[in-house]
Amino acid sequence: MSAAPLLASFGGAFEFIFTPQASNVTGGKGVGGIDQVIELTLTQLEVTVLALALALVLALPAGLYFGHRGAGELVALGVGNAGRAVPELALIALMAAAIGVGLLNLTVALAILGIPPILTNTFVGIRQVDPASVEAARGIGMTEFEIVRKVEAPMAIPSIFTGIRTATINIVATATIAPLAGVATLGEFILGENVYGPDGVLAGAILVALLALALEFSLAGLQRLLTSKGLRLRPA
Amino acid sequence: MRFNKTRLGMGLAVLAALALAIGVSACGSSSDSSSSSSSEGEGAIVSNPANGKVSLKIGSKNFPEQEILGEIYAQALGAAGYKVKSDLNLGSETVAHKAVQSGAISGYPEYASTALTSFFGLEPEEVPSDANEAWEKANEEFEKEGLVAFEPTPFASANAVGTLKKTAEKYGLKDVSDLEGVSEKLSLYGSPECRQRIDCLAGLEKLYGLKFKSFHPVDISLRYTVLEKGQADLSILFTTDPQLSAEKDKFVILEDDKHVFPAGNVIFVTTPKVVEKAGPDYEKTIVEVQKGLTLPVMQELDARVELEKQTPKEAAASYLESAGYTG
Repeated sequence: MSAAPLLASFGGAFEFIFTPQASNVTGGKGVGGIDQVIELTLTQLEVTVLALALALVLALPAGLYFGHRGAGELVALGVGNAGRAVPELALIALMAAAIGVGLLNLTVALAILGIPPILTNTFVGIRQVDPASVEAARGIGMTEFEIVRKVEAPMAIPSIFTGIRTATINIVATATIAPLAGVATLGEFILGENVYGPDGVLAGAILVALLALALEFSLAGLQRLLTSKGLRLRPA
Repeated sequence: MRFNKTRLGMGLAVLAALALAIGVSACGSSSDSSSSSSSEGEGAIVSNPANGKVSLKIGSKNFPEQEILGEIYAQALGAAGYKVKSDLNLGSETVAHKAVQSGAISGYPEYASTALTSFFGLEPEEVPSDANEAWEKANEEFEKEGLVAFEPTPFASANAVGTLKKTAEKYGLKDVSDLEGVSEKLSLYGSPECRQRIDCLAGLEKLYGLKFKSFHPVDISLRYTVLEKGQADLSILFTTDPQLSAEKDKFVILEDDKHVFPAGNVIFVTTPKVVEKAGPDYEKTIVEVQKGLTLPVMQELDARVELEKQTPKEAAASYLESAGYTG
């Protein structure tokens, strides 16, 4: 494909994002436009934050605990690997019969996607902390909890954040299928090609990608803030 | 899980009766490989060696009824001697429409009503209720863009507002108009596209003047789950759904008294170029093989896939065999 039609379709997608466009199937009502884009983006963000919070609450303490104890490697890594293989849509359909569709179903299903990277990376990060540092901390009389909080966790920050960032990208990208489970996110543009047309599909994809990038940059910034000065990479 | 023994038994009985009826009407067509192909086109499909040089690719959209239809056409054309491949996962009608225009597929089954509203911008109330009229109207438009559609199937399918029988009784609902005054208390579930479509939520709001408590988009495979679970008060169903006949005591659909949901018979959309290349057996086979597809037969085939978890391939094969098209 030459560049011209490709650029033209991007132009159409950007127009779709800012101004409502005509559609064949709506009986004359325009579709897309900045109001709908903002509404759907906020919902996608809301779903993502909820699922990420649930994943963090479950996976972070578990990763810290198992990492500190140096036990449960099989569980931490096994859950991590198994979790990657869960088919998301099947999970939503399965839970639909038990708890119905909607925000709860979606939050749980997406959190399951976020748990593996957080758990595995936290576990590995803590395990990789130099045992000498831990011994020294114990030597000056720190409690086990203090060792985790003041020594291990800060030194494992880069690894832990790798997990959180991976989880966030997984979740925000997958939240695109939420319109199949009762919640209208940006996926509505992608799943509704008959309504929104190819411009809408492309616009949806672009918006999800931008949202993912924005989250990635924010978390990278947060990671930098939380990394102790001694561990920061400095430009050479 | 979703069906019990009595239902299965009932289904089998219906099937047996059906097979018998079709078998009797198609009798006389004993086995294939006979060289004396009857030009009347009755019964068994005869393999024509000349067709072996022609490759066809049959498409369909990606929900059970479409996949079954795609399989029926693909297997029948295979029996007629064509080299057939299929792509039965084409997503929305927009994708399928483009695929046939670009030649990526030879053809696919489409509801005439969908073609008229979605491709050609007709309002739902402008869609002719007569199957042949709708077909001719669609064909006029298809011709303008270099496509052609074969004659319609006996059965038609439409969207419908469905609910639990007890909900209908509670609010005294028979027609969609009866929702006036109560719809504000009821939640509606439909496909993600439903919200904006004039032949769905947008039409219910505009033509009936209804406002619902809430609308929730869901995957169409969950359209009965949300009702059963008690989450949805109303759900957009299809008139060909097997659940509607198998579970009459549980689910009902409301009469569409202001015609927001046009019914559509299926027409096979293809191009004149493929028709020319494939020869007369192409159209003949497709038209012949869909003659048995009445509403009860289509519902039964849908039931096998949606309720009894057969593959569309198996359901299509058993239809072709029991109707005497293949042996």
